[in-house]
Amino acid sequence: MFDSDKKGVQVMDQGRRNALRMVSALGLVCAGSLLGPIRALAGEWQANSFEAKGLANALKELGVDSYTMSSEVSVISAEIAENGAVVPVSVGSAIPNTEYMAILIEKNPNPLSVAFNIPEGTEAAFTTRVKMGETSNILALVKANGKWFAASKEVKVTLGGCGG
Amino acid sequence: MAEPMRIRAKLNGDTVEVKVLIRHDMETGKRKDPSGKVIPPHFIKTLIAKCKEKTVLDTVMGISVSKDPFLSFKFKGGALGDKVTVTWVDNTDDTRTDEATIS
Repeated sequence: MFDSDKKGVQVMDQGRRNALRMVSALGLVCAGSLLGPIRALAGEWQANSFEAKGLANALKELGVDSYTMSSEVSVISAEIAENGAVVPVSVGSAIPNTEYMAILIEKNPNPLSVAFNIPEGTEAAFTTRVKMGETSNILALVKANGKWFAASKEVKVTLGGCGG
Repeated sequence: MAEPMRIRAKLNGDTVEVKVLIRHDMETGKRKDPSGKVIPPHFIKTLIAKCKEKTVLDTVMGISVSKDPFLSFKFKGGALGDKVTVTWVDNTDDTRTDEATIS
């Protein structure tokens, strides 16, 4: 009797294990499907593009072969920035279906500063503050309908923002 | 633990204007302290804003965003009383989420 009881426990244990296995497998599938869309939405931080040196390399890492200067893209900033550590800049795009915008500081060691993935319903217009090592062009890069557009504006910096 | 963000979300017609002020060092990793030691990089990498579970802004940042980053943007689809939630993650995996009510 004792023996059969033990067997019963064993059988149950096996069942429980299988059930557990199924649950954990299900859990993984769920987590996968949950993570999927979040990953796809969140623009992943790309070390290559942010650590690229020089404008040409940064553009290459972003996958930009060529871009068109467009009057529908705007970069608004002061002509002269006294403090390169805090340069207010506004960028905007009036091009329909603008899906992505990036701000690049041409002469910074790593030009790419910030990039926005623009969901539907959000305006392609942003204001932020960036650091500039020296007088440089600020480039607003726009992706719309699979094409790249840009506008740039020179900002003169009297005190660099990258030194210590 | 990171300090709270200051977030304002204001409805203007059918558009919500959001302004976010974050407290963060945004260290580049290229500066040296007075003794000549390199100050390690410490900067925000990603920032996501949501309203009613919908992502309204998705941003990646590098070291050249200014200390205590400021960001403003506009989106449609928010109503008075809705909440806007902003989350950032930095390179040390520190993260912070704050929210504001659309007014």
